[in-house]
Formats: sequence, structure tokens, C-alpha cells
Amino acid sequence: MKVIKIDKTKWAEGLNKLRSDYQLIGPVKKDKYHDFQMLGKDQLPDVELLNTRMSPKSVVFPQSEVMLEYSLDETKEDHHIIKEVEKDASPRAVFGIRPCDAKALMLVKLNFDTSDYKDPYWIKAFEASTFIGMACDDPASTCFCTSTGCGPYNEEGLDVLMIDVGDHYLAKGITEKGEKLLKTAGWEDTSDDASLIESKKGEAEAKITSKVATENLKDKAILDLYEAPFWEDTAFSCLNCGTCTYVCPTCWCFDIQDETHGKKGIRMRNWDSCMFPLFTLHTTGHNPRETQIHRVRQRFMHKLKYFTDKYEKGIMCVGCGRCVRLCPVNIDIRTVCDKMNNYAASS
Amino acid sequence: MINPYVPYPVRIDDIQIATEDKSLKTFKFVFLNEGDEEKFAYKAGQFAELSIPGKGEIPIGIASSPVEKGFVMFTVFKAGVVTSHLHNMKVGDIMGIRGPLGNWYPWDILEGKNIFIIGGGFAFTTLRSSIVYMLDPANRDKFGTIDVVYGARTPGMLLYKDELIEWGKRDDINMHLTIDREAPDWDYHVGMGPNIAEKVGPKGDEKTFAIACGPPIMIKFTLPVLEKLGYSNDQIILSLENRMKCGIGMCGRCNIGKELVCKDGPVFTLAEINQTPREY
Repeated sequence: MKVIKIDKTKWAEGLNKLRSDYQLIGPVKKDKYHDFQMLGKDQLPDVELLNTRMSPKSVVFPQSEVMLEYSLDETKEDHHIIKEVEKDASPRAVFGIRPCDAKALMLVKLNFDTSDYKDPYWIKAFEASTFIGMACDDPASTCFCTSTGCGPYNEEGLDVLMIDVGDHYLAKGITEKGEKLLKTAGWEDTSDDASLIESKKGEAEAKITSKVATENLKDKAILDLYEAPFWEDTAFSCLNCGTCTYVCPTCWCFDIQDETHGKKGIRMRNWDSCMFPLFTLHTTGHNPRETQIHRVRQRFMHKLKYFTDKYEKGIMCVGCGRCVRLCPVNIDIRTVCDKMNNYAASS
Repeated sequence: MINPYVPYPVRIDDIQIATEDKSLKTFKFVFLNEGDEEKFAYKAGQFAELSIPGKGEIPIGIASSPVEKGFVMFTVFKAGVVTSHLHNMKVGDIMGIRGPLGNWYPWDILEGKNIFIIGGGFAFTTLRSSIVYMLDPANRDKFGTIDVVYGARTPGMLLYKDELIEWGKRDDINMHLTIDREAPDWDYHVGMGPNIAEKVGPKGDEKTFAIACGPPIMIKFTLPVLEKLGYSNDQIILSLENRMKCGIGMCGRCNIGKELVCKDGPVFTLAEINQTPREY
């Protein structure tokens, strides 16, 4: 695929050309923090920001999303019949997504796009999106993507990879979707700097020194890891606040709720969390994951063992470091992962 | 793309009180749209989400049998928000059914085998579906002996009692009904289900499979009995329950280890369950 050079002075102009064909989405500052938002007229995405506090998973999997609708008005012919709501599936361009978050989308896709069932909401939003990623040259101390099957220049899930080279960007078209976007924006100056990308990639990877070891997880039986002695210690300080699951780009669990106003109502889904006792509570009062130990173990076992065994695509973590930075009691997935991996090797 | 969250619209066609304490009712539904019944083609052992607009959804085992046409039937215990609302609904009311969901009893493996069914309390729904399926003239020759131990607290708490009595008169199925304590006019067994199973149950061999469905306490005491009778762990078939929402393996709450009860189950062999964390 060819590499395009985008002069930073022509950046805004290109984005403006895209606005008639795409809804633009990117990191913008809202109150105190950056978040992926629909861009307003003339608004530019903050693509050089290291990363947003919340992951961009909400672009395809909103925190709250209306799925179905119904009327309870018995004078209407279709009363009590539950129907699909119409969704906006027009093209959208997502700027400034980091390679870790793009790879996370590919992991989440395994859950929503299966041979048995297709989740139409997630899939349509994903297919409508063109993802323009930004390579990372200056990682945070909590970044550990290189040991999770990802990396600062990883291309999985991206349609275009952009690289910041001072006064200009290099944009590598990865898919046809991506090439089309570059063309629509009028960015067409080809560059012969492909070798520069390779050398910058090497430098960026070398800067990521934080790592996790996962090589032993696969061969250890689920029940052996489940019954390992360290779960009580690991869970001891957990508040079950759910922050880790909300900020995580690979967490996809959701709840379904009906909301009725007068005679009209909607069925919606909302992000849910395995950290919450209600998540698994039976009507009888029995709760199969009733203690904090059960719930913390579920989160780590799901990400690092169940997912690994089920899909054989590595762990369900891309090393973005959000849960490490934002956990109020400093539970660190890197430590837990290493504990599990060491235990898997030793016993 | 088929939207798996949209239920088929149905009308409540019949409601019967199923137990003497009125805590269970049996609902028959008919599909509103032509063709939906065919799309809902199911196997005995599967479940569906009963979907009430404004209240939510509840996963319930299908009590009717694939050989019964023109309706689908569910027997529902009044327990939470959705089931309590359903118990107050009337014949003619419109709601939704989403499914069929989950796997089923392994009929391909069970063909040519003797079947030993152990049921307790109100977990007899998918077992009824299975018995009706096996007793159908088109299917009866495909199976060896059929033994059924079904227990409840009192005669009035047995589900589908008229059918049970009728099956008891047949010579191609051995019915062993039991209640916990003596009751007037009761001509069958008295005692806990697992104890009766131990007395009357067929020996486990490579041609005999056991299907057990009941409250956790019944399962707990049934498993050692089955072991004593000689059943191996992959010849003991159980059906699990867990809190569910989506029913299609996506929302993430019903897993036991890497298996999702809604999609990989609810039917598992004891051998499979023994490989998973006991989070059900």
C-alpha cells in the first residue's frame, strides 16, 4: 500500500473536505478530559494526544444504546409488538485511534460477529466506520502493548495508519476503505519514506519496556488456574467499582433493560460489569459469583485464560494501560498476569 | 442480517394453573405471523426468552415438544418481575418469544440407547418435551427402554399430572412417580426422588444414559446414586440455569469458565461440568 504525505498546513483543509461524506469522530477535550466525540463544524480532532481516558469502543458500542421499540397503546394495531429501531449507518471517520484500541475492536468483533449470531448494532456501526489510527512514538509508562500481540505501529483494525513526522504526517493506507478516505480528503502526495516508518517503528517499540508474560497460560487447565492460591490476595483491596471494565477497550459485557414512558417504550442495552454483584444474581437470591474474589477472578480469568482458550488469538488485553492508571486501589493487570503465568509454569 | 434480539410476536392462547399452590402456570402461545412457527423449529431441551414489552425478558425451557404443532408451551414459576407480570396476563394478550436458544439433549447420541430420566419439582418442563418426543409413534422405535423417576413434595405439585397418569398406563415407558410424604389416594412411590431412583433405576452401561433435571439439592443427591448404578460421567446429562440477558452468548454474564450456559449449554454432561468452575 502506498504512503501519503500530509503537510500539517493542509490537515484542516482535508478534514473539511471529508465532512460532506463522513461524520468525523475524534478525541476532543470535554470538561477535564479527552473523549472520542462526534466533531462539530470546524472542530479538529486532537490526534496528537497520547490517549483518551475512556477507550473509543463507544464509537461502535455506545455506553447506552436503543435496540428495539414498542407501543403499549392498545388502540394501535401493532401494540405490544417489539420492533427494531432504525439506526444511522452512514459513513463515519474515526481519527486519532491508537493501535491498541484498534486491535481491541478486532478482539471484541469475535464476540459480536459469530458464525451462529450476528449483533447487527455492533456490526453495522463497525462497518460504517473508517479507522484512521495514530502510531505511538511516545508511550506512557503503563503501556505494554508489545507483549500482548500488539504494538505502537500495529495495523490490525485500522484502515489508515498515520505517523507524526514533525511538520507533516505520513499516512499509510491499509485497506481500500482507508485509501478511499485519503483520496476523498485530497491527500495525494505520495511519499517514499516507507523506510522511515520502519525505523520509527523500531524506536517506538524499544521505548515500551513494560511487559507481561503469557506463554504458559494456554497449557494450564482452567480449573488449576481458577483454584490458584493468589486470588484472595489479588482481590483483597478491590472495591468492585467497575472502573477497569468501563475504561477497558476489550470489555464488552452489557445489560438489557426496558424503559417505558407513557404508552411508548424502548428496549436498550447498557454497559454492564462483571465487578457488580447484580450481574449474575439469580431471582432466587443465589449468586454464583457472590464474593469479590469470584468477581475479580472472573475478570482476570476471562481476559487471560477463558478468552485465550476459546479463540486461540492471545489474551483479551491490548496493553493500553487504562485500568492500571485508573484503578483506585492500584490493582495492576500486569502483576496478575505474571502471577498467573508463573503459577502455570511452576505447578 | 437477522436481528437476534427481535422476538417473534405471539398471542397467549391458553393459561392453566399448573400446581396446587398456583405458583406455576402453563402458557400456550401461538405465533401471530405466518411462517414464524417454522422459523422457531426447536429440539427438546432448548429454551427461549419470553419477552414482555416494558418488563423485560426471561429465559424459560420449552415444555412443548417438537412433535406438537400449532403452539409452543412454557410452564413458568412466579418469581421475579417478568414472571410475576406474566402470571397476571390474560388469554389474548400479545407479547414476544425469542429463540429457540441454547443446545438440546444430545438426540443423535441418545438414539438407540436406554433413557433414564430423573426429574424433580418444576424442572420437568424440557423433560416433558423429551418424553413426548420419544413416545411419538415416529420416534419410539429409535430408543430402548425409557424409565422416568419424577418427584414432587405433594401430588398437587407434580406438573402435567394427567399426562403422567396416562404414561403410567403404557407399556413402552416405566413411570416411577414419587412424593415426599404419604398422601391420601396416592398409589405410587413415597420418598425422595434420588432414593427411588436408586431402587428402580436401570443399571448404567454403555447403552444407557441418564438425564437429570431438578433443584440443586436433588441433583446433589442424585449424582452419587447414578454413580452407584454404574453411570459414567459422560452418560449423565444435566441442564444448567444461570442469569441470562441476551441468550445468544454476547452479554457475558452466564459463563462457567469458557462455556456460556446460554449458547454452549444449557445441556452439559457431568464430565463437561466437572471441567468448569462451579459458577452456576
